[in-house]
This record gives sequence, structure tokens and C-alpha cells, in this order.
Amino acid sequence: MRTKLLVLAAALAPAAAFAAGGGAHLDAANVDVTNQASLQRGAANFVNYCLGCHSAQYVRYNRMAADIGITEQQLIDNLMFTTDSPHQTMRIGINAEDAKRWFGVVPPDLSLIARSRGADYVYTFLRSFYADPAKASGWNNTVLPGTAMPHVLWEQQGIQEAVWAGEPNAAGDVRHEFKEFRIATPGTMSPEEYDAFVRDTVNFLVYIGEPAQLQRRALGVPVIAFLVFFTLLAYAMKKEYWKDVK
Amino acid sequence: MGSTSQTAKAGGGRLAALTTWIDDRFPMTRMWKEQVSEYYAPKNMNFWYFFGSLALFVMVLQIVTGIFLTMSYKPSAADAFGSVEYIMRDVEWGWLIRYMHSTGASAFFVVVYLHMFRALLYGSYQKPRELLWIVGMLIYFVLMGLAFFGYLLPWGNMSYWGAQVIVSLFGAVPVVGDSLMEWIRGDYYISDITLNRFFALHVIALPLVLVFLVIAHLIALHEVGSNNPDGVEIKKVKGPDGIPLDGIPFHPYYTVKDIVGVGVFLIIFSLVIFYAPTMGGLFLEAPNFEPADPLRTPEHIAPVWYFTPFYAILRAVPSKSMGALLMGVAVVLFVFLPWLDRGKVKSIRYRGPLFKFFLFSFALAFVVLGWLGLQPATPLFTNLARFFTVVYFAFFLLMPWYSSIDKTKPVPTRVTYHAH
Repeated sequence: MRTKLLVLAAALAPAAAFAAGGGAHLDAANVDVTNQASLQRGAANFVNYCLGCHSAQYVRYNRMAADIGITEQQLIDNLMFTTDSPHQTMRIGINAEDAKRWFGVVPPDLSLIARSRGADYVYTFLRSFYADPAKASGWNNTVLPGTAMPHVLWEQQGIQEAVWAGEPNAAGDVRHEFKEFRIATPGTMSPEEYDAFVRDTVNFLVYIGEPAQLQRRALGVPVIAFLVFFTLLAYAMKKEYWKDVK
Repeated sequence: MGSTSQTAKAGGGRLAALTTWIDDRFPMTRMWKEQVSEYYAPKNMNFWYFFGSLALFVMVLQIVTGIFLTMSYKPSAADAFGSVEYIMRDVEWGWLIRYMHSTGASAFFVVVYLHMFRALLYGSYQKPRELLWIVGMLIYFVLMGLAFFGYLLPWGNMSYWGAQVIVSLFGAVPVVGDSLMEWIRGDYYISDITLNRFFALHVIALPLVLVFLVIAHLIALHEVGSNNPDGVEIKKVKGPDGIPLDGIPFHPYYTVKDIVGVGVFLIIFSLVIFYAPTMGGLFLEAPNFEPADPLRTPEHIAPVWYFTPFYAILRAVPSKSMGALLMGVAVVLFVFLPWLDRGKVKSIRYRGPLFKFFLFSFALAFVVLGWLGLQPATPLFTNLARFFTVVYFAFFLLMPWYSSIDKTKPVPTRVTYHAH
């Protein structure tokens, strides 16, 4: 069943695989949505490298700017390259028909990708591209084998090759037991810098998955403090009334 | 009329005059007395008796938050998913209202399951409370319908495939199965039409039925009187004034007590809403953050946790139609408890070891089946589910036997109560 679904996933929805698909081990993203500097870097990464093909159609520019701590002018100067206005959402000009012709699939909207797949999945996915001459794009991914997405960040990460540990199976394929990646051609970033770069980007994706989460956690404290006070008061009142019950 | 003139004298002033004016036209004071301030409840009701009033509280919460959600939600396949995200992001306090409603659905089942378990513990379904119990079970069935129809509305991928799986259960009905499925969906597959009718059922049809049933439940309760942890009928021992000696007025004693219950409930409820609104995928499932996609199933389809005990029973049976039948029976069997139970005592306190054994194995089976229903069906898990399905049914089907031969303890004439 899982293999069947995996084939289905690979065929239909490359960048939206199943978390368990491929059985890849997921590394912890360790993101922190309260870190505004990281969110700002992540926002820049997102608009520079993701927003070309992927929309974030539920994310409103100016609300995002306010949440990550930049002014509307900074937003317009640094994060908006289109003719959109700050009160619009992050849509893209790419036509779904064209996208399908170019990539085989329409790149999914990323508004909720961190909620549906999990931060660890996206973090590991973006670090698991390897060169694969058999693929039309020249790239493959251990987290989502057969993905239609090319390695957009190869200049930063460099070109990785996958090292396989398994014996060749009946079809002569060794790619069923992944061992490790080897950097064949270094990129402009060291592996540590690249991990931090991806972490910031994933942090931003986690934020846009639920912009209210910053407010939500902050509001919880006073609400619960009040409820504890209220309950203690109610308990004292109950005690007082129940004194009469013999 | 005597009581109304007394009120007028005692209060004096305009408010009392208004009360009299109303009472001459509508039995306001009389109803308040009969149902609240002179409704005598046993004084020994314990922790387990919080969940009835809490269920009422959660119902009001669901209705109020539901009304606000309806103001921004769009029941169409094209707009539903986006409108939920609009509520989560752009509507003032929309995220809070939505999380209250989604968490409220799970909270409703938590308190109702505990409320039902209380009835099992203290024999609250026994004579003379059979109708009270049956109305309660009807409320539970309506609640299941509400949860099922409501779950489709966000139009996420799990909504879609969950509805697909549950609707397909009706296909197990012989002869008319396929037509029945088509009739429910209003289409050949789960579509915009299905979403629209589920919306109608979720926001008006079933809530109306629910409210009427809850009123009937309360009327029946106040007619027969509340049971208590001793299973003693307090109406049997009355003072010279005709008031049960072990009874205390619901108001103020239980109103002030239930407010404490509501406070504790709200603290736990808020912890979930503010710090774990998805409850690790238990209350809001990760695949539901992707729009419905008829071409792609989520890797692992499971219903929300409150249905999983029954889902595990369904999967434990190799034949789909037999599984669906058994699942239906598992839900409906509760209705017959008043007649399956041949015990001479009500409360667990005076029951014998056999009843205790079967009740606690049933509770364990319910929890384990609930967990198994969330897991993939491996051979080990399927066998475990079969074992606990047998335990589940044994509780009901063997009840006429074990409840009648059990060694019970003598029941006191008065309730056990230690003033504190």
C-alpha cells in the first residue's frame, strides 16, 4: 500500500509527499518563531528563491511585515518586487497551465506547508537534493524521491551526490538504502551556513502557516492567569455556601 | 397565585412589580423554583457529576462560536478551505473563535464520554431513569452526526477522505447500499453539493434537534430526580415538609459548585487553545491543512479520536458489511443497558466483583480500541483490536448473566455524606 501511494505521490504531487514517504530520516528543524531576525532573513529567502514558482496566497504582505518587525517601507523596498500592494496576499504571476507544462505539476501553495508536512520535513527536504542524471531536471531528493522540483538552492549548497549503502537489488538498483551525502562541488555557503539559511526559511514557513501563533501564545498567559484567579474565587464561594450542608 | 403575591411583598419596588406582571402571564417564578431553586438534588454528588453541566456549557460554546464562524465561512468547494484560512488570518479574533470551536468539538466528546461513564458507574440508566438514558443516547447520536458533518466543512484533504470513508460505510447496506450513498452525497462522489447539504445539516438541522433533546433530557431528569454515587433514591426519605432529607436545592448549592467545574474546565480548555490547538494532530490533523484533493488520498486515513473505538471495531472484522454492522451495534447497544442490567443495586459501591471486573475491562477496551483506531492496521494491531472488540461486546451481552449472579453489598437507606 505504501509503495503504491508513494508511486502515486511521486507521480501526482512531488513537492507534497507523505511525511513517511521514502522512509527518510527527518532532521530536527529547531526553529523559533519568536526570533524576528531569523524571520526577516527567512522572509528575504522566501521571496527571493521560493516566490518565483510557489505562491503563499493566504499570506498578506503588510500583516507579515508587522509580525516580523519591519516597516511598510522596508517591506516595499526589500520584499516586494511586483506591482502588488502591501495589503494584498503573496500571489504569483505564473500560470498554472504553464507550470504544469514546465514542471509536470503545479508548484503547491506554501501558506500551510509547514502545518501539513511539519517543519522537520521541509527542513530535511531542502537539504536532501542530490544530482541525478537520470532525471529530466538533473535533481532528485531522498525525502521525496522523484520530485519534480529542481534544486533551486544549488548555488548556495553546492552539488551533492548521494552515497548508497545497499547491495544492488533485482533491478540492479542500489538506491534503496541511503547512506550519506557527499558534496561534489562546493557552493557559496559552508554546510553550516546553508543549514542556517534553510532553518531561517523554514522558520518563516512555520510563521506563515499560522500568523496568529505569536499572538496566541502571548494571550494564553493572562487568560489562564485570570481563569486560575476566577476558579479560586469560585471555589471559596462554593466552600462558603456548602458550610450549611450537614 | 399565592407565591407571586408573596414575591411582590418581599421585594417591593418596581422589579417585584415586573415579576408579578410576568408571572401573571408566564410561569417564570414557578419554573425557576421547580427547575432550579427548589429542585432538590442529592447532597453527595461527586466529581463525576460535573460533566452534565459541563456538556451544557460546551454546547452553548459551540453554538455561539459556530454562529460567529458562519458569518465568515463559505460553504462551497471552491471557497471553503480559503474561507477557513481567511477566518484564521484576517478575521478579528477569527483564529480564537475557530480554535474554540474545533477544540470544543473534542471537548464535547470528552465531557460526554465521562458523563456516560458516570452513568455506568452509578447505574444512572436503571429504573426509573430509562427514558432519561435513552434521550441521552439520542443526544450522543446527534452529536456524532454533528461532528461528522462539521468535519467536512473545512474542506481539507482529511475532511474529504474521512467523509468518503464514512459515507462508503452505508454502501455496506444490502441491495440499496449504492443508492443510499448517492442519496447522502447528492452526487456520485463527495462534491460541492455534498458540502452544501452537510453545512445545512451541521448549522441548523442537527443543532435544532440537539437543543430540543437536551431540553427533554433536563425535563426527564427533573421529573425523576438525580441519581447519586450511592444509587439511593433520595425521594424515599422525606422530611415533614415533603423535602428529601438528603436533598439540597440545586441553586445555590450546585450552581456555585458547577461554576468551579466550569473554571477548571476553562483552564484546561485554554491550555489546549493557546498552546496545543492541534493537540499533536489529534484535534486538527496535519493532512487537513491541505485542500481537499479527490485524486490523492492522505497516507493514513483515520477518523478523529472520538470515533476511533468504533473504527477499530469496524477494521477488526474482515468483511466490510459485517464490520459496519458490528460497528453500528457497538454504538446502539448502550440504548439497551437499562434492560440488560439485572443488578439489584445501582452504584458501583455496592456492586459485586463481577460487575466491577466487566465494567473496568470495558473501559479499558474502549480506550485501547480508541488508540488502535488511530494506528495503521498491522496484523498485531488487528488481532489486538479483535480481542478488545470481544471484551467490548462481552460487557453488554453477558450483562444479564453477571449482573444477576453478582454478590452485591447492602445499600444504605440514606446517602453517604461527610460535611467538609
